[in-house]
Amino acid sequence: MTALRAMLGRELRLALRGGGDVLTLVLFFIITGAIVAFAVGPDSVLLARIAPGMVWVAAFLAMLLGLDRLFRPDHEDGALILLRQAELPLSAAIAAKVMVHWLVSALPLILASPLLALQLAMDGETFWRMVASLLVGTPALAAFGAVGAAVTVSIRGGGLIAPILIAPLSIPVLIFGVGSITASQSSAALLFLAALSLMAVSLAPFAAALAISSAED
Amino acid sequence: MSIDTTPKQSWWSRIAHPGQFVAWTSPLLWPLTILTAVLFIIGLWFAFFNSPADYQMGDTVRIMYVHVPNAWLSQFVYGVMTVSALGTLVWRHPMADVSMKAAAPLGAMFTALALFTGALWGRPTWGTFWEWDGRMTSTLVLLFIYLGIVALWRAFDDQLRAARIIAVFTLVGAINIPIIKFSVDWWSTLHQPASVFRADGPTMPGSILTPLFVMFFAFTFLFLTLHLKAMHTEVKRRRVMGLQRRMAQGDAA
Repeated sequence: MTALRAMLGRELRLALRGGGDVLTLVLFFIITGAIVAFAVGPDSVLLARIAPGMVWVAAFLAMLLGLDRLFRPDHEDGALILLRQAELPLSAAIAAKVMVHWLVSALPLILASPLLALQLAMDGETFWRMVASLLVGTPALAAFGAVGAAVTVSIRGGGLIAPILIAPLSIPVLIFGVGSITASQSSAALLFLAALSLMAVSLAPFAAALAISSAED
Repeated sequence: MSIDTTPKQSWWSRIAHPGQFVAWTSPLLWPLTILTAVLFIIGLWFAFFNSPADYQMGDTVRIMYVHVPNAWLSQFVYGVMTVSALGTLVWRHPMADVSMKAAAPLGAMFTALALFTGALWGRPTWGTFWEWDGRMTSTLVLLFIYLGIVALWRAFDDQLRAARIIAVFTLVGAINIPIIKFSVDWWSTLHQPASVFRADGPTMPGSILTPLFVMFFAFTFLFLTLHLKAMHTEVKRRRVMGLQRRMAQGDAA
């Protein structure tokens, strides 16, 4: 347990002291919202209708951007090999990484989402449902992202291929995420989203650990 | 009295040697090719000349004989890849990763053909090439997964190491495909009325079922033939790469 806590602390410190990555991600998220408004025009009725989908697309893209940071620095400086030898199982170390990845790349987006809601002319009730669906759904995106990053970590310049791999897997998250904001059966969608997140978060560290340990053979 | 010292090996471990595998399965290639060709000739003859036109769709119903086998293979090939991925991860069988690699582009091709023939069929019968219907959408997602796996194979330099990593991803995909299918069905019934599909029509008469069955086997054997040939090609490609590497090392020394 202390090892896990140390791992969490290490990851958090690395992420927060590593410069303005977190702010850049938030900026990207907000700029995406502005680009949508520029692309479809300042029609607030239309914007409000497509807002839930656009928020999810922006969050999805922003989380993909941060993926390369998950394992690549540790792969390059050899820390991943040390983690494999450590007493703490590799899957637990990866679970810690996924948690911190969520804290530094999803939570800031959720905190910044009021700005996006304003840009896209979202009403109050929709806004709260959006916050709920982002809170419940982004852990699944982080978990799938970890699998994609683990699979591509040993490819030189593999940063582009991970999004290609993850995007099809993330489609259910987007469907239920947007569904839980807009659909008539939004509570059912939220439950599906929660189930998906729980499953992804519990299984992804093992899959990612398996991929990483076969990459380092 | 001589003692037989050669270790007893099952066929399973004997085909683990790539050269042995090629030697053992090469005789299968011609019979498979001939069987596929014969099945295609019979199936196409049935499909074009010896099956009735549908009373609603007319002659366009004949697209089904190509479309349905392709759609079946799009899923069957992923099944083959999943079993091969298990073979790679659990038994580390050397031919399992060759099978996995050879199957991926074939699966992508069959899936693309299923979508293409579906679009050709959809235009005259539903009046549209593409509809965001549940089944079509999940087939499209499956195509994306296949293409991602093909891209992943191409991204790795070391194919032996790539195999185990891609096996992990293939299994993750295998767990996800049912979830994707479910979510897409939920999504499409929500977003659009299911009007494009007629309620299940009468069960197919035998005159249509026979060519469908023959074509189904023809396409399956086509896959098996191509898969085997692709595996042989992959084994040879690896041998060439190994020889090139050895030559390069010889030059350096």
